[in-house]
Amino acid sequence: MTDLTLSAAGPVTPVHSVLRRFITLALVHGVLIAGAIFMLAPFIWMLVTSIKPPAEIFSAEISLWPKQFYGVQNYLFALEKAPLLRFALNGLVLCLGILTVQLLVAIPCAYALAKLNFPGRNALFVLVLLGLCIPVQVPAMPLYIALAQLGLLNTYFSMMVPFFLSVFAIFLFRQFFRSFPDDIINAARLDGMSEFEIVWWIVTPSAWPAIAAFSVFSAVAHWNDLYWPLIVISDAKLAPPPLGMMFFADAETGSNYGALTAAATILTAPLVIAFLIARRRFIDGITMTGVK
Amino acid sequence: MTLALSAPAGFAPVARRRLWIERITGLGFALPAFVLLLLTILLPLAVLLWLSLTNYEFGGVDMDWVGFANFGKALADPIIRRSLVNTLLYVAIVVPGGVLGALMIAVLVHRRTRSRSLYEVIYFLPVTSTLIAMATVWQFLLHPSLGPVNGVLKWLGFAPVAFLSEPSTALATLAVIGIWQLIGFNMILFLAGLTAIPRDLYEAADIDGCSSGIDRFLTITWPLLGPTTMFVLVTTMITAFKIFDTVAVMTRGGPVGSTEVLLYNIYLEGFQYFHTGYAAALTFIFLAFILVFSAVQTFALDRKVHY
Amino acid sequence: MATVALSSIAKSFGSTKVLGGVDLDIADGEFLTLVGPSGCGKSTLIRIIAGLEHQDGGGVAIGGSRVDHLRPHERRVAMVFQSYALYPHMSVRANIALPLTMSRLSLRQRLPLLRLLSRRRREVMRGIEADVGAVAMQLQLDHLLDRKPAQLSGGQRQRVALGRAMVRQPAVFLMDEPLSNLDAKLRVHMRTELAELHKRLGATFIYVTHDQVEAMTMSDRVAMMDSGSILQLGTPSRLYEKPASLKVAQFIGSPAINLLPATVAAAGRLELFGRPMALAVPLAQGQAVTLGIRSEALALVHGEPGAPGRAWFTARLRRKENLGSEYILHFDLAGRDAQGVTMRTTPAIAAGLSEAAEVTLGFDEAACHIFGTDGGRVEPRGENGATGSVVPLRA
Repeated sequence: MTDLTLSAAGPVTPVHSVLRRFITLALVHGVLIAGAIFMLAPFIWMLVTSIKPPAEIFSAEISLWPKQFYGVQNYLFALEKAPLLRFALNGLVLCLGILTVQLLVAIPCAYALAKLNFPGRNALFVLVLLGLCIPVQVPAMPLYIALAQLGLLNTYFSMMVPFFLSVFAIFLFRQFFRSFPDDIINAARLDGMSEFEIVWWIVTPSAWPAIAAFSVFSAVAHWNDLYWPLIVISDAKLAPPPLGMMFFADAETGSNYGALTAAATILTAPLVIAFLIARRRFIDGITMTGVK
Repeated sequence: MTLALSAPAGFAPVARRRLWIERITGLGFALPAFVLLLLTILLPLAVLLWLSLTNYEFGGVDMDWVGFANFGKALADPIIRRSLVNTLLYVAIVVPGGVLGALMIAVLVHRRTRSRSLYEVIYFLPVTSTLIAMATVWQFLLHPSLGPVNGVLKWLGFAPVAFLSEPSTALATLAVIGIWQLIGFNMILFLAGLTAIPRDLYEAADIDGCSSGIDRFLTITWPLLGPTTMFVLVTTMITAFKIFDTVAVMTRGGPVGSTEVLLYNIYLEGFQYFHTGYAAALTFIFLAFILVFSAVQTFALDRKVHY
Repeated sequence: MATVALSSIAKSFGSTKVLGGVDLDIADGEFLTLVGPSGCGKSTLIRIIAGLEHQDGGGVAIGGSRVDHLRPHERRVAMVFQSYALYPHMSVRANIALPLTMSRLSLRQRLPLLRLLSRRRREVMRGIEADVGAVAMQLQLDHLLDRKPAQLSGGQRQRVALGRAMVRQPAVFLMDEPLSNLDAKLRVHMRTELAELHKRLGATFIYVTHDQVEAMTMSDRVAMMDSGSILQLGTPSRLYEKPASLKVAQFIGSPAINLLPATVAAAGRLELFGRPMALAVPLAQGQAVTLGIRSEALALVHGEPGAPGRAWFTARLRRKENLGSEYILHFDLAGRDAQGVTMRTTPAIAAGLSEAAEVTLGFDEAACHIFGTDGGRVEPRGENGATGSVVPLRA
């Protein structure tokens, strides 16, 4: 009886709708999985190749697992041929150095732009906004000439200096500081705190999410940057990961794909592992800096 | 009377002092940033402008004022023209692929509950990875005889394609790698936009008869995602226009100039051949494009694409 | 026009049970209000009727046929959301027209570009335009048709949401707290408008609110819900005059009902603060009960208290609340194990009392409600010792 009324009531029976939902679900996951394979293929192939012996690499058949485990030899060869760990260390020094100066410079400036009245404030803000549109490739040549004249090429300093000022950080932090309540700042002033202390002890801790987000953004950008190091660094000992990888690929390793992929794995691993651990922070950080 | 008068008179210097302190601290806080702004952006820009009007060559001793000759030469130079066309072609492939692909994936991922974070991680992975290292892997993947991609093609009965050494496919191949690199970033931006759309609207639409996915997308998702789409579009254009890494590592402009792009040519002229004056002029052409893209964004966002 | 029948609707979110088998029959053209504290399941219930949520068990029938397998738009229902859920990028006109464009145009005629090919489209659009105009006229929205929702006031948005619901001429209107985002004055005004709209349209209205005043003023019947089940279903006056349980009595009425503790003495006779009352209940001696007395049932006692059938107690005036046409007096029951009481009275009587005055308050015993320890209503025994009854609680 109930069945009868059910089927008579409408064109779509539950069986149909369940089937339809199942088909859409399968279709959606089908598309997403196909995309995921495209995204992951290079990573998987990199890891697989890095543990294959040359004979298997150069054989025509495609296999996702080596018959003979050759990982140790590949990784040792890569580490022996090039100072890969040194490249990673350079990357770390570069990122930390840049980030430290960026924060030390940008935070007080953002605070002044957001909360203090001083002559030239609006002009400075306009300059910051204009600076947002200028990629590092634009001032690169004059900076290179200046560094060459000063004899500073091939130093950590030369690699970092164009990035010491992040107009983006100033812009981001200013937006954040503007929503910080004036009352708290005034209360701190009444309690006898200096502006310097207010910035670093009151306002900065409250901007922690923005600072974390920017730090992730900055680290990812400079760990992976090739253009500027390629210009100012010719000494392999100072090369950050991308430049190191380039040197390594250029050297006699040529088509030793086992060693190449081993090196690529070593140089990609630090950021990818950091990403997998602090997944949410990375995604939120990069999104936040993207959306503004 | 005297009392009433003396109070503001006594107050004024304090207020003035307070204002004065605020100005000094403000200036002090902004100073380091301003100095760096001057040294790393403004001054270099001025120098660059001056250089672009000379025939200076780095390391050389003499130089002459040439006016706009560098710009004229650049616009007439077939190599620069070709690299500009190649760059725009690259942008024209990466932008639709990277934006529409990301939009589609974001819409599909957004409704998943349990698998959402897994897909997010997978699609975002290339954004954090070192492109130069991955470029080497791509090179191997696409290798005409050893690469698995051609292996699959052969298995399917197609002739192998030398993706990176064939002039007709090299640029498109780089564009696919470019899409691979930035699609996850765009997806995350779209997901943020989708999350901001109230659930209520979809429910109201459901009751109003927008039952199919197409209707829901056209009635709610697409119009309300307008500002996000505009932003993603412009950032993708700028990122794509700055293509350099993959060209420098994988093709070096070849084969037969089919992947020569603007930034790579600037790099060659400025830092390999040391035609400094000429490279400065090219840099301004590069900057002009970037500024146009940024202006489009500012204009569009001011107009408030949504409502 | 249609009836709505719910049979043992159950719903859980994860391990939380939200609805535990709700039965409800709503007549054609009735204005039924689901009222209750937040989290009682009333919103979930209305969303199940709309088809936005799927019940775990039980069934929904609209107009006599089951609709459980139908998508929301196939159920001939319209819904007004608490947030109004207006499409922010569309004009008022397009907002109201949307349900019609969806039902009257085929997918091909709705798609951008492709729709330009359709000749019939223009004709259909003209019909839609006329219908939208008629609805807008009824709601006095005709001068706002080209605005965007962001340019409207709260009350205007509310009316657009109503218009979007009305334009499809649905059999059932579902309203989920539609007035809660309006300011107090507008809310009072919209109450009248909604009640009149209901009368004019003659459609079935199912209305969800946590505001007992809205429930009392507009509905034909009220279903009071708590913890996922209906405590009492009846006309507003029935809920006010014969609350089936302590919870209903406490929720309905403003100011809230006065509660006094009493005990059952010998022969079921009640004792209030140690004084015997005339009332008797069919309960064992020594049990505690709660007396509920509406604030308008209390009166000052002048002279000797203890008239037959009238109970009394002493209290001290704490505060007088002037509402203009009447006063609410707040009393403390000093030294007694009970909360204070409120009394509704005329300005003339209130004027005769000064703050902290010690007074005697009395009430007609027949006007008080008796609730047992389980919160259920207890009917008193008749005058001649005829047995009363304990009304079973609907769980």
